[in-house]
Amino acid sequence: MKFGVVVFPGTWSDRDCGWVVDQVLGAHLQYLWHKDADLKGCDCIILPGGFAYGDYLRTGAIARFAPVMESIGEFADRGGLVWGICNGFQILCESGLLPGALIRNASLEYRCEWTNLVVERADLAFTSQCDEREVLRVPISHGEGSYFADPATLSRLEQNGQVVFRYCDVEGRVRPNSNPNGSLHNIAGIVNSRGNVLGMMPHPERCAEAELGGTDGLKLFRSVMHSAAQVLTA
Amino acid sequence: MKLEDRNVDERRLREVALTADEYRVIVESLKRPPNDLELGMLGVLWSEHCSYKTSKALLRRLPSSGAAVLQGPGENAGAVSLGNGWAVVFKIESHNHPSAIEPYQGAATGVGGILRDVIAMGARPIALLDSLRFGPLPESRRHFDGVVAGIGGYGNCIGVPTVGGEVYFEDCYAQNPLVNAMCVGLVRANDLMRARAEGTGNKLLLVGADTGRDGIHGAAFASLELDEDSSQRRPAVQVGNPFLEKCLLEACMDLSLTDAVVAIQDLGAAGLTSSVAECAGRVPGAGAKIDVSRVPRRERGMTPYDVMLSESQERMLVVVRRGREADIERIFETWDLTSAVIGEVTNDGHLTVVDHKEQVARVPIQLLTEGAPLRRLVGLPPEPAPALDIDALPPPADIGAALLRMLASPNLCSRGPIIRRYDHMVGDATVIPPGGDAAMLRVKGTKIGIAMTTSCNARYCHLDANLGAQLAVAEAARNIIATGAQPLAITDCLNMANPDRPEVYWQLEETVSGMAQACRSLDLPIVSGNVSLYNESAGGAAIYPTPVIGMVGQIDDYDRRLQAGFKHEGDFVLLIGSSHNDLGGSEYLKVEHDMVAGRPPELDLARERAVGKLILTAARAGLIKTAHDCSDGGMLVALAECCLLGGIGMRGPALNPEPPLRIDAAFFGESPSRFIVSAPSRATPELQSLARRHHVEIALLGLTGGDALELEGQLKLTVQEMREAWEGGLGGPA
Repeated sequence: MKFGVVVFPGTWSDRDCGWVVDQVLGAHLQYLWHKDADLKGCDCIILPGGFAYGDYLRTGAIARFAPVMESIGEFADRGGLVWGICNGFQILCESGLLPGALIRNASLEYRCEWTNLVVERADLAFTSQCDEREVLRVPISHGEGSYFADPATLSRLEQNGQVVFRYCDVEGRVRPNSNPNGSLHNIAGIVNSRGNVLGMMPHPERCAEAELGGTDGLKLFRSVMHSAAQVLTA
Repeated sequence: MKLEDRNVDERRLREVALTADEYRVIVESLKRPPNDLELGMLGVLWSEHCSYKTSKALLRRLPSSGAAVLQGPGENAGAVSLGNGWAVVFKIESHNHPSAIEPYQGAATGVGGILRDVIAMGARPIALLDSLRFGPLPESRRHFDGVVAGIGGYGNCIGVPTVGGEVYFEDCYAQNPLVNAMCVGLVRANDLMRARAEGTGNKLLLVGADTGRDGIHGAAFASLELDEDSSQRRPAVQVGNPFLEKCLLEACMDLSLTDAVVAIQDLGAAGLTSSVAECAGRVPGAGAKIDVSRVPRRERGMTPYDVMLSESQERMLVVVRRGREADIERIFETWDLTSAVIGEVTNDGHLTVVDHKEQVARVPIQLLTEGAPLRRLVGLPPEPAPALDIDALPPPADIGAALLRMLASPNLCSRGPIIRRYDHMVGDATVIPPGGDAAMLRVKGTKIGIAMTTSCNARYCHLDANLGAQLAVAEAARNIIATGAQPLAITDCLNMANPDRPEVYWQLEETVSGMAQACRSLDLPIVSGNVSLYNESAGGAAIYPTPVIGMVGQIDDYDRRLQAGFKHEGDFVLLIGSSHNDLGGSEYLKVEHDMVAGRPPELDLARERAVGKLILTAARAGLIKTAHDCSDGGMLVALAECCLLGGIGMRGPALNPEPPLRIDAAFFGESPSRFIVSAPSRATPELQSLARRHHVEIALLGLTGGDALELEGQLKLTVQEMREAWEGGLGGPA
């Protein structure tokens, strides 16, 4: 199982994702430079958090034009696993690989804090080691993480069951006051209709070891490992 | 020698912030009058900010050596060995004047500057801390909001976690807010860099941002009092570009993969002039030649003066082995960064500036870096601080109500609204998050934890500068020890008012003496630091002496780290150390009696050492589960914080102090050298006998559990009630 972690100028979760893949999960790690279109045979591409190109124009607006993104688009079309975290989610929306957009937090402030996420889809490659309705504790760290989509897109997402994670309270109840950024329908993460492209604002790579405050994030990494193993044995 | 003979008028000198006497020294040394560029270069390097001409003689009194010290003062940052081949690099620096004028950019570029100091040592920055002082809210909200946003704006974007610091609100900072940023970095000890321009013929490479006209005379500006015209100096405040610095950081990390780099030096205050002069000044006999025409520029029509004095941010100077320039340029190209060979190292001891072929300045390096005449100022003790007649204070009518007011005080309340605006987790290394005594980061791949904190109770320093400085050092050490880590070393930022006033200079002298005494006694070297003077406004508003202590400590196994919040129900809660009638300068006196008076708490450094040793011994033996420094706000506030941070209450008998200890002092007095700890019941006898062996008092306060802080018949507040007061203290979103 080989994870590719994409590095744009301004990316900063690349090293954290790399650490979890390599040191915690024990999987094969390959960094992918934004100027390089070659995905080097990776099985799952992670677009990590950060401020690609400074995000001065609009989050993800410039990153989508990087050479690596064209290859990632083709890779996704072939059914490859693409996982956008934080800035990666923003880039996936800008590239059109996922619908909707991430806008400024309702508080108009950056937020770095722990959140609770209810898992609404446990049948995906990214969540197979979770239970449906399970509550994961995962931190966020963003200024522009409020999920927005037009009403038609939003209802299509809901009807197709494309919402994977929603911000909730400790008991898993989806409430307005458990929404840290004003996301519509408390959406924290969505998947494309085919189920192979996931975007999420929270940072699972920050909670893969107990000393960092929790290990729920590791479940998502393990899910990807597990699904790859199943593909291989199938 | 008359001034007019040398064709210099006062206005020209004022522009570069030099005195007539200093000008005379320059002329005598050069044996000719300096031209405008030379005068400008000398002006910035002789500014207080760069030359330390007022404080240098005093700073020599500070201890800076120790077995673990790899690099003391004089470099871009200090460095201390952690063992295992690792070194921790750290420094604190002020950005007070820019933040007063333009809070967001002033704070942001302060963060950017301190990051570059650590990067220049070859270290990867792993954490930021910020020590902040403002006038009271809501009046100072513009400063407060802007600074907090600026720190977050830079740190969050560049991806270095902001894990600690402090914020205080006091009248004296209303015109002169303080913004001190500290950066901690990590490097293999063998890869530690020094910014020394060695090797005649080696090339000087300027990398990063293009040079613009921004920030010219920033260092000189920082060396003057703020006045009505200060807002017109807004152009002297630079604008930060954290994205560019992120690329610069990564490129500099890649430099260590080659052997082509001799040195890296940050471009900060006084820009190219100071970075080249400092880099050459560290090597006896070395000089440098720069061709300003080769400096990549942001705008047209810039003069050599503009180029040499620009303080454009996000630039570094790299000294490259001759012939290896292409290797290094390729690394910067990868990150889409500009780099240009702008000159070379010479052996003539001079900084020579040419514009194409024409020589435009030539000044001895030593005159630039060491030539500023030291100022011998005279200190006179100020009026004694207002005395405190403790017997005239009425006892607290309702202890619970007083506690709630204390918890809601802006100086004691929860920093949550600030912390959540900073990314404090990026890097996957934060094993103790901000909000407790000290933060801790792990060294990935090892079990080593690095604890870090900043500390200074400036009210104490105002009441007694010497004792206040000692207390600041002691409290920082306690913060580190409360995590189970051994304090290692200090970086300090001395924020003072105008030292030309004898009582301020006296404060500076006393502050340095107090710091030196505490550092020697606690065996803590000061390996880097910064002095910020003239924090004073026209009209006489001067800041309290504010010697901010940044400290790092080490624990060999971070699985043994301690935090402040109670962990489990049914543990014993104990007070370690003894309490006295220490109400002078306390937050209680300010909140409940609206007074800043009296003497700060007495500090016995031998006791401080003993208490610290006891806590570390107990922590290593696994006898205690949590520890919290008991200082600002006193014992009851510390107990409430243990409940709030752990989400668990505590119940104990009523506390009836034995005379002469007063009840208000027992609850809210700020006697130093004390900790609140919690321990499993079975460990308590051993803990008590350990305390006896260390000759340290230990008193049982109660048992953890329930959802309230209760002292029978005296006080009962639910954790929820306390939380509402504590979390609302900053008046809504920061």
